[in-house]
Formats: sequence, C-alpha cells, structure tokens
Amino acid sequence: MSEYVLQVEHLSKSFEKGKAVLQDVSFSVKKGEVVVIVGPSGCGKSTFLRCLNMLEPIDEGNIYLNGTVINRKDKNVSKIREKIGMVFQSYDLFPHMTIWKNILLAPKLVQKRDKQETQAQAEQLLKRVGLWEKKDAFPRQLSGGQKQRVAIVRALLMNPEVLLLDEITASLDPEMVREVLQVVLELAKEGRTMVIVTHEMEFARAVADRVIFMDQGAIVEEEKPGEFFRYPKTERAKKFLNTFHFEALEI
Amino acid sequence: MQDSGIEVLFQGINAWRLWQGMFVSLKLAAISMALSILLGIIMGMIMTSKNWLVKAICRLYLETVRIMPQLVLLFLVYFGAAKHLGIDISGELSAVIVFTFWGTAEMGDIVRGALESIPKHQYESSYGLGMKRGQTFVYIILPQTIRSLIPAAINLLTRMIKTTSLVVLIGVVEVVKVGKQIIDASRFEIPTAALWIYGAIFMMYFVVCFPISKLSAVLEKRLQV
Repeated sequence: MSEYVLQVEHLSKSFEKGKAVLQDVSFSVKKGEVVVIVGPSGCGKSTFLRCLNMLEPIDEGNIYLNGTVINRKDKNVSKIREKIGMVFQSYDLFPHMTIWKNILLAPKLVQKRDKQETQAQAEQLLKRVGLWEKKDAFPRQLSGGQKQRVAIVRALLMNPEVLLLDEITASLDPEMVREVLQVVLELAKEGRTMVIVTHEMEFARAVADRVIFMDQGAIVEEEKPGEFFRYPKTERAKKFLNTFHFEALEI
Repeated sequence: MQDSGIEVLFQGINAWRLWQGMFVSLKLAAISMALSILLGIIMGMIMTSKNWLVKAICRLYLETVRIMPQLVLLFLVYFGAAKHLGIDISGELSAVIVFTFWGTAEMGDIVRGALESIPKHQYESSYGLGMKRGQTFVYIILPQTIRSLIPAAINLLTRMIKTTSLVVLIGVVEVVKVGKQIIDASRFEIPTAALWIYGAIFMMYFVVCFPISKLSAVLEKRLQV
C-alpha cells in the first residue's frame, strides 16, 4: 500500500499534435489531503482532473490509485472509477429520474449494495446538505446550487476514496456558491481526500492543504495556501492572483 | 333532402365496408411502423457512427428515401420485383416493405437526432459513477432518447397512416379502394356518391389521426425532460 491515494508521474497530453495541453505533470495526493488546483482558464487544470478519472486518454506518464497503475483501456475501468468520485461544473444529474433515484442508481447497479444500508446512508447525506424534502423532486425543479449539492451526495454515496471537483461553482449564481462550498468545507474538515479545481480564491485558501498553480499545462508552483496567496514566488502566479484584486488597484 | 345522396353511407353494409378498408390501411401502417421503430433504433445508432463511409452510406439511404416519392417505390417493388426478379409478392407485402424501408430511414434520423441531443456530460457523469457502457445506455441514454423522440415518431406514424392511401394503386383493397367500389356500384342511383364517400373517408382519417396527434402533445408535456 502506498501512502498516496493518487499519484501521477510525468503525465503529458495533447489534443492536437504539437500542442501540449499537459506537459510532464507529476503530482500526488495523500489520504485525507485536500489539494486545490488554480490557474488561468485554458491552463489544463480541468483536463488534468478528467485524466485522473480516465475520461480523457493520456499520451505519456502513469497514474496510480493506491499504488497501482490505472489505465483507461483496462477492463476494470468502471471498477476503478467507482473509487474516484467526480462532480462536474454543469451538475449533470440525470434529468429523467428523481433526486432519490439519481443518487441510488449507481450504488444499486454498480456496487450491488444492500438496499437498506444504502438508503439509510442516502437519507443521512441528503439531510446533511439540507435536501431531504426534495428527494422526490426532479432535477429541473431544483436550483443550480441544490442540484450541485445533490451531485455531491451522489458522488459521496459511492464511498469514493478520492473526490474530484471540477469547477463545481463556476456555473452557479453568486448567492448559491456559498451553500455548495459550505458542504465542501465540511467534507474537508471530515478528512475527505479531495482534488479541487476552482476559481474561488477565498475558498481555495480556506479549504486547501496544498495549492497547485498551473499555467500552460504545467505545474508552476506548489505551496501551502498561506504561502501561495501571500507570497507567490513566480511572476506568473503574481499576475494571476492580481487579476482577482483589480478593485483594489482602481481605488 | 331525399336526393342529396347521403343515404349511400347507410345502404347495406357500406359503412362497415369502409371501416374494414380503414382497418386494412391501419394494419399496414401499424406493421410498417412497428418494424420501422425496431429497425430505426438500430439504424439511428449506426447513423451516429463517426466513420465517414458508414455516414455517407446512411446519408445516401436517407436522401434516396426522402427524394423518391413513395408511389415510385411502391411501383418499383410491386411491379419491378415481379417483372425483373420473377418474385410475385402481394400488394400488402410490397406496401409493408416500402413503408418499412421509408420508415426505417426517417425513424433512424429521428433516433440519431435524439441520441445526439443528449449532452456529452450525461455519458461522463454516468461513467464517472462507475457505470459501464451498456448500463449507461440502458439506464441513462435510452430513456432520455425515447422521451425526446416521441413527438417526432408519432408524427411519422400519422404520416404513414395517410400515405397508406397510395397502396390503392397497387391493387390493395383498403379504404379508398372500397370507397371507389361503392361509388362505382351506386353510380346510377346516387350520382353524388363520390362527395359523400370521399367526405366520409376524410372524416375517418381525421377520427384516426387526430387522437394520435393529440396524444403526442400530451406525452410531450408529460415526459418533458
């Protein structure tokens, strides 16, 4: 057993020949650690997250889950994905199912878990995010923030070893961002292993054990959040962080 | 009002015969539609292929069916097959073949559209939950596809019912043919029979197709995604 839940060695990827999206990225996450990846849009952070879940093929390098190489071509790819929970930007609940069915489908179908046990856990999780009374509603009847909380519950109910969150607040109205991030903060406090891509810098600072700054497909800085946000080392990181403070500059 | 000719509809078993003819039309439409749905789903899945050759062949098939009048296809199968291939197939079978050939293309295109309208993330979030391709298709993609294609499929069904009136030209005795027979039989006693008979046939098509298209509207609302 490795001490790392996820480990990536020299990962490279390009969508077109000669245009690298990710170049030689190496990275690891310990159990219970929360790693936040920030960077300008188009820097490859979302693609990186999708590679971790094998939704994107990679050109070079290896990805390890608990010390074992995982591969997109593997026959057991769905078995591995069970252990890696993912929540997307566009809260992709299944529109033709109620919330209750949405969250229970995969545990039943994929994990063949005991019904009562799953239902009890589902109830507890829904109550925790304050959506128990919405269990019979359809996704279209929910607000964006509510949908995103359901998506988190759906991922959690699979009892994943690591949770990947891909800009989960990026398409939400500002007033809904908080309710979603609150849930994530609590998960972090509980010791969940998470890799988070986000544009919310305040949130990143609060939730992260480690911050990774990516630019042009490569990891530029890797720091404790306190260090990174106060004293970014590289010019690129300084420039990036400044874009979040333009109000202060104007005055 | 004695001479208006409306009595032609109530003489003997005329009304019953017209309905029998209607059932022949409906039977042809129903069989063709059932086959078209089955084959159309497969066709639709093939049509989403990314292979250019497969795509080109599908395109050619669809365009051929759309450009060719159904009547020409019917003649081609009914007369052409008999003359050049020496196969003697009945008018009804020819009709089923032609309408299925047409319906499969149209249905395939409807299924293709429905499949392609499902966002990529639906697949991804399903895979992300550890579901396999087959499971994803059956539980996530197919139910959403069916919901979105119901209106178009029902529209195709009503078009098919109406188009069956062409089979009179290859000798199938359906509602229009029965109507003609009745008109011919009463040509001398009731010269205005044509008006009443064709009027009645018009109403019959309406009685059959209107509820179906209403049903489509209801289903569309109910199954809204």
